[in-house]
Amino acid sequence: MSPEKLTMMANQIAAFFKTQPGTDGAERLAAHLNDFWDPRMRAQFFAHLEAGGQGLDPLVVDAAQFVRRPAEA
Amino acid sequence: MKDFIIPSDKTFGDKDMGTPAKSGKPVHLTIDGARVTVPAGTSVMRAAAEAGLDIPKLCASDNLEAFGSCRLCVVEIEGRRGTPASCTTPVHEGMVVRTQSEKLQRMRKGVMELYISDHPLDCLTCAANGDCELQDMAGVVGLREVRYDAAPEKANHFATRDTSGQPNPEWLPKDDSNPYFSYDPSKCIVCNRCVRACEEVQGTFALTIEGRGFDSRVSVGAENFLESDCVSCGACVQACPTATLQEKSVIEMGVPQRSVVTTCAYCGVGCSFKAELNGDQLVRMVPWKHGKANRGHSCVKGRFAYGYADHPDRILKPMIRERIGEPWQEVSWEEALGFAAKKMRGIQEAYGQKSIGVITSSRCTNEETYLVQKLARAVFGNNNTDTCARVCHSPTGYGLGQTFGTSAGTQDFDSVEKTDVIVVIGANPTDAHPVFGSRMKKRLREGAKLIVIDPRKIDLVKSAHIAADHHLQLRPGTNVAVVSALAHVIVTEGLADESYIRARCDWDEYLAYAEFISDERHSPEMTFALTGVDPEVLRAAARTFATGGNGAIYYGLGVTEHSQGSTTVMGIANLAMLTGNVGREGVGVNPLRGQNNVQGSCDMGSFPHELPGYRHVKGEEVRSIFEAAWGVQIDPEPGLRIPNMLDAAVDGTFKGLYCQGEDILQSDPDTKHVSAGLAAMECVIVHDLFLNETANYAHVFLPGSTFLEKDGTFTNAERRINRVREVMAPKAGYADWEVTQLLANAMGANWHYTHPAQIMQEIALTTPSFAGVTYDLLEEKGSVQWPCNEANPEGTPLMHVDGFVRGKGRFIVTEYVATEEKTGPRFPLLLTTGRILSQYNVGAQTRRTENSTWHQEDLLEIHPHDAEVRGVKEGDWVRLASRSGETSLRAKLSERVSPGVVYTTFHHPDTQANVITTDFSDWATNCPEYKVTAVQVGLSNGPSDWQERYAAQAEQSRRILPAAE
Repeated sequence: MSPEKLTMMANQIAAFFKTQPGTDGAERLAAHLNDFWDPRMRAQFFAHLEAGGQGLDPLVVDAAQFVRRPAEA
Repeated sequence: MKDFIIPSDKTFGDKDMGTPAKSGKPVHLTIDGARVTVPAGTSVMRAAAEAGLDIPKLCASDNLEAFGSCRLCVVEIEGRRGTPASCTTPVHEGMVVRTQSEKLQRMRKGVMELYISDHPLDCLTCAANGDCELQDMAGVVGLREVRYDAAPEKANHFATRDTSGQPNPEWLPKDDSNPYFSYDPSKCIVCNRCVRACEEVQGTFALTIEGRGFDSRVSVGAENFLESDCVSCGACVQACPTATLQEKSVIEMGVPQRSVVTTCAYCGVGCSFKAELNGDQLVRMVPWKHGKANRGHSCVKGRFAYGYADHPDRILKPMIRERIGEPWQEVSWEEALGFAAKKMRGIQEAYGQKSIGVITSSRCTNEETYLVQKLARAVFGNNNTDTCARVCHSPTGYGLGQTFGTSAGTQDFDSVEKTDVIVVIGANPTDAHPVFGSRMKKRLREGAKLIVIDPRKIDLVKSAHIAADHHLQLRPGTNVAVVSALAHVIVTEGLADESYIRARCDWDEYLAYAEFISDERHSPEMTFALTGVDPEVLRAAARTFATGGNGAIYYGLGVTEHSQGSTTVMGIANLAMLTGNVGREGVGVNPLRGQNNVQGSCDMGSFPHELPGYRHVKGEEVRSIFEAAWGVQIDPEPGLRIPNMLDAAVDGTFKGLYCQGEDILQSDPDTKHVSAGLAAMECVIVHDLFLNETANYAHVFLPGSTFLEKDGTFTNAERRINRVREVMAPKAGYADWEVTQLLANAMGANWHYTHPAQIMQEIALTTPSFAGVTYDLLEEKGSVQWPCNEANPEGTPLMHVDGFVRGKGRFIVTEYVATEEKTGPRFPLLLTTGRILSQYNVGAQTRRTENSTWHQEDLLEIHPHDAEVRGVKEGDWVRLASRSGETSLRAKLSERVSPGVVYTTFHHPDTQANVITTDFSDWATNCPEYKVTAVQVGLSNGPSDWQERYAAQAEQSRRILPAAE
């Protein structure tokens, strides 16, 4: 998956959680990625993030700490 | 003396009781000396039939209101003068009825004599011979002679010429214009049953009686049936007591001698049918009156469009090839399965355990789907399983799961009979769920109010004897804004049902939601600029919904197939909770599922993050249930969804796919992306009836079986589990569940199922909502709605009755976020897509039937204003382009769409509507955004280069070499 597409998908999810009340948006966003993104997508996510994370919404960047690192690439 | 009590519906008899069942207080009467008790309002005819005392009749049928025209059903009632018609006479307490006497017999004989005097006596060669109520009644009344001269020189309707050879002006030729049935006016007895069926059952009002007395004729108000408003549902054919309206298949093949009750394999309504046969030749499909989804009705697809099952295009031998450029090689089952197993295992060795996956079919049975996901989880050792629900109702799963605690639709179809306000959002039931559409129209004719939220003027907005009270003709992509504006009006005008919300929902979450939704930015006046919906119309609709009594929301893919599909579903759930419309008859949130078993395929754990019964794979407890049952370790990580599989294929990490009964190349968005993904795989196994579009990229083809060729169950949109029964042996040798088992075993599994009932047993053992489901129970009850378990041994017609599944209903904030897909100078129009009555989805089945008579190609509906500025006229070839691609099709000028919006269907592979659609998808579920694509339309000369290249590639890849002997 291209980093642009991955960024768009992550940002779309962030757009929802940003509108939700409460301060746990980053945790909930991360839980969504943990629940629905297969390990290779999460690996691509971390790779993009570590390459600078261009285009990622700040909430996505904030959520990364709660995203489960896949055991395998 | 025999006593009769209020009868139950448990015997599944086929007898026509004459008039509809009623549900009043018990009334006691005596008929021919027998004491009978029936509900108040029941007709004397029905009461007698309940007691086994069948009164002769011709114009009466128990799916139609009594009409009282044939006068054959006359009876004598003590204390009453004359001989009233038993069909139009309701019972009363203490009534004493005689159904048979010398006088009555004489009268009935006289009536029959008159009928027969104007009816041809060609019974032996008549298509209805053996299945003719006129014939039966002549026998019952003892008709022995006809004194009235029916000689050709006298006025009659059946002789083509009189004795002098002059044409008989009263005679009309047969109308054979409909591909499935014929209308022979010479055999008509003008009983009105066809006209009443068209009105009362189907609700189309295509038929009428023109003329009076001897001149009375059934008329379609057009040149012939095909040119008329007739939708070919067949209700009139079923109602006809003679051969006047007759299935052409019966004319050709004779009256069927045996029948098997089964379930239709088209849409999510899940109609029950009797498949009627001679030997293993299917003669006709007749809707089963005890089917709880359809109550004896059908549409043109279910009743007539089964011809694909023995179409010459069906592939009945397994085939393989090394590379997709090569022709297919027919091989034995053993060789094909060995080839497939070796390839798939080889890919796993080279690229890892997660490099292969499956797509389960929403067309196949629960048992088959269960086995395919089990293949991924237990044999492949990963969770790479998905299903076409991904591209239709996955946002329903997410949205309703978050708000109510389960993705299940809340009602049964019968519930609509108690609804006062029907809301239809992004659905077109009269085309896509026709039998339920008819039930909805019946309720509307009884006075229910209707709110339609749709960019198009669908038939429900205005057709015979129904009209929407409010049509919110929104701009595609603005569902969330409209749904939120409705909630804004309800909350700010004080129309929310606070006592319901306090009792049933999380009050704090409601308060936060109410504050959010009350903000002025959600008001109809503020959202008008986005949605294009007149604020006054929207306010009126909100008031009607909140104050009009039982409100029920029905929605379809016009809600889900958007970037904000999941958010709209949550918004819909909010509306229902706000108005107290969940948890009883007549209300609820009702997703209209697309395919026959899309509900079941989701229930069966087809999604990559969920085991059967909607339980996330991360749960250790759930995994351990299946690990114990299957004797394997289950991967706790979610697998790939369909669009992710294709992305991973392009990346080179996903190399093998087993795709059962789904055509992703035609049905999934952004065709070029799908074909690139498929082309990048090393082993694509297509298991299907036909060489579909996906098979152009396949290495193994495994022949599938139709719904007529196997046992199993389908689960419809009401969560109703219906039996599918084997009507004939599988034409390719194996039912689909057997093929999956053979593939699993070729890959080293050790499965030993010998009947789908055993698979259901395993499902019941592992999945709490199915714990009580067995084939014996389905045999006894006809069908059950899950959850069916110890707490609900007979199933669950209504959800959330005593409280929401998740405990307290949860209001969720639904902010409108505009889709990235925006119009601009290059692509100024919005394309939205949909289905038509006669064709079904990608058309693989219906295109191979006479249904193509009604719809031979996909057309682009465009508003006359948009057409004019582009110089487009009716029928012109136009080029339809988006940022993804372009295609060509013919234009149809239509005011059903607003200016700025164009619409097409996606039934034909040569149109390739999905070349146009983009890879945008729902934020939560990746459900593709089919319903909004920015496009431009211009004149063209014919098919595009892409279409021509595609057709050439398809032809090339469909070459088949005969088996080497």
